[in-house]
Amino acid sequence: MKSTLLNMTAVLFGITLVASAGVGAVNLITAEPIAQAELAAKNAALEQVLPAFEATASETLTIDELPITVYTATSGDATVGYAVETKSKQGFGGVVSLMVGFTPEGEVVNVNVLKQAETPGLGTKMADEGNPLLASIRGQRLEDKKLVDGRLAVAKDGGDVDALTAATISSRAYVDAVNRAWMAYKSVATGAGVADTASGATQQTANEPQAQEGGENE
Amino acid sequence: MEITYFAIIIGAIFVNNVVLAQFLGICPFLGVSSKVETSMGMGAAVTFVMALTAVVAWPLQQLLVAWHIEYMQTIVFILVIAALVQMVEIILKKMSPSLYQALGIFLPLITTNCAVLGVAILMIQKEFSLLQSVVYSISTALGFALALVIFAGIRERLDFEDVPKAFRGVPIALVSAGILAMAFMGFSGLV
Amino acid sequence: MNKLNIVLSGILKNNPTFVLILGMCPTLGTTTSAANGMGMGLATMAVLIMSNLVISLIKNIIPDKVRIPAFIVVIASFVTIIEMLMKAYVPALYASLGVFIPLIVVNCIILGRAEAFASKNSAFDSVLDGVGIGLGFTASLTVIGAVREVLGSGAIFGLPLGIADYAPLVFVLAPGGFLTLGYLMVLFNKLAKK
Repeated sequence: MKSTLLNMTAVLFGITLVASAGVGAVNLITAEPIAQAELAAKNAALEQVLPAFEATASETLTIDELPITVYTATSGDATVGYAVETKSKQGFGGVVSLMVGFTPEGEVVNVNVLKQAETPGLGTKMADEGNPLLASIRGQRLEDKKLVDGRLAVAKDGGDVDALTAATISSRAYVDAVNRAWMAYKSVATGAGVADTASGATQQTANEPQAQEGGENE
Repeated sequence: MEITYFAIIIGAIFVNNVVLAQFLGICPFLGVSSKVETSMGMGAAVTFVMALTAVVAWPLQQLLVAWHIEYMQTIVFILVIAALVQMVEIILKKMSPSLYQALGIFLPLITTNCAVLGVAILMIQKEFSLLQSVVYSISTALGFALALVIFAGIRERLDFEDVPKAFRGVPIALVSAGILAMAFMGFSGLV
Repeated sequence: MNKLNIVLSGILKNNPTFVLILGMCPTLGTTTSAANGMGMGLATMAVLIMSNLVISLIKNIIPDKVRIPAFIVVIASFVTIIEMLMKAYVPALYASLGVFIPLIVVNCIILGRAEAFASKNSAFDSVLDGVGIGLGFTASLTVIGAVREVLGSGAIFGLPLGIADYAPLVFVLAPGGFLTLGYLMVLFNKLAKK
């Protein structure tokens, strides 16, 4: 076909239109399976940081300008724990996203790293089993740690959380995310009201009865 | 306290060097880097395209999100890059015909440079602001240029060496790149 | 050209990784394990086959001057479709391959074959070419991934081989990618000469 201006524009426009329509159609078809895959991943993350539970109710708060979601996990009528999906933008490679599990008494059950883009072999160790950051807070109440301005901090900044070797920025991001999780947890569990705003959007989800105890990290 | 600009710049140029650590931009890296001068010209052209891409792509992404069509990101971004490269070609032809000739086929190939599209996608994934995105893409481009120029220097020297026949050409270039990448790993503890 | 030859040449004579030296970015970036390499290869093959097919079907209505942008739109759409399908049905692989999935659109192999083959041949031949090159690419990526995984993590396809304690991590990291590819290229060229 000759390359006249009309032909070129028309063909390019036509191709783009058909392409967009095709992509849009596939988007509609895959929206449901994608949502299900993400839900399954979320449930797996929740199970790793909480004791056995039957259902969760979620609430999204704004802590220090970032949206943080608290999942209150219940078994029957009793609250068995709180899982907080938190993040920090201060990671070396961008966003660090964690799931932190608290018992109703405020002890940290476990931390699951959901997303991070840190330096391989250094910052990525934050996702390893038994890494110094996790070891510093696991099984403890954060109120009992050495706080700086009421927040957790790495040793370098005056706190007592052990940072990762040669990964100060990654460690600080991790601590920043845990701090937000802690604020959110306090806000929901004790109504201490430290959130910027509570969006009041609550969701109830009932999972299949969980048979396992305490996740796979023992 | 957001991630400091210092960390973004040092990170993009050295620690997470786009070519030697992230493996983006390898095709031109192996193709253009045989001479130091062409490498510098290529580096400059890529820096320009990457910076412009960040400025155009970032607001477009906000539009895509607002209209709930984030899945169009790949298509929209690559079209933006293709258009920008076309524009740079036209400008360069008018303003510096000698550089245009020297870069030759590699200029339109910037469109398929995975580093340019990669940086655009990554700056969105890292949730950078507009200013952070521009700083990030310029720093990444500088890292690309740095890797390219260093490598060109090494390759110019390799031409005079007695390389085993099986390794001549691309294989020895790859082994050298591997050693260079190992050297860059030394930057890891910087920030 | 003999139909079978089209497929076979994509695997050996025109192997995109070791002979044509195209598609280097994903070759180095996704071969941290055999499974990742294979997954990436298959995803790329899917896009390659579909874009080769469509481009060879519409080649006659595309004005010459907008050839490249038109090809790019077609390729980008198929990449987006594959991306969505992977996100829905193989989310773990989708997460491991990360940014390299959308980067399939700038994989020089796909644009290169569109230009060199699909725009000049019949639809059926173009599909065969896609299959051949795709298989060649998948095979190379799987082999490179396997070597890096065995040497760097002491495992193959995720199954530990019991030598993890002796594994130099560097093979899974950036320099290992370059070195492995360089040496394998030498090996391939030596074997191909026979």
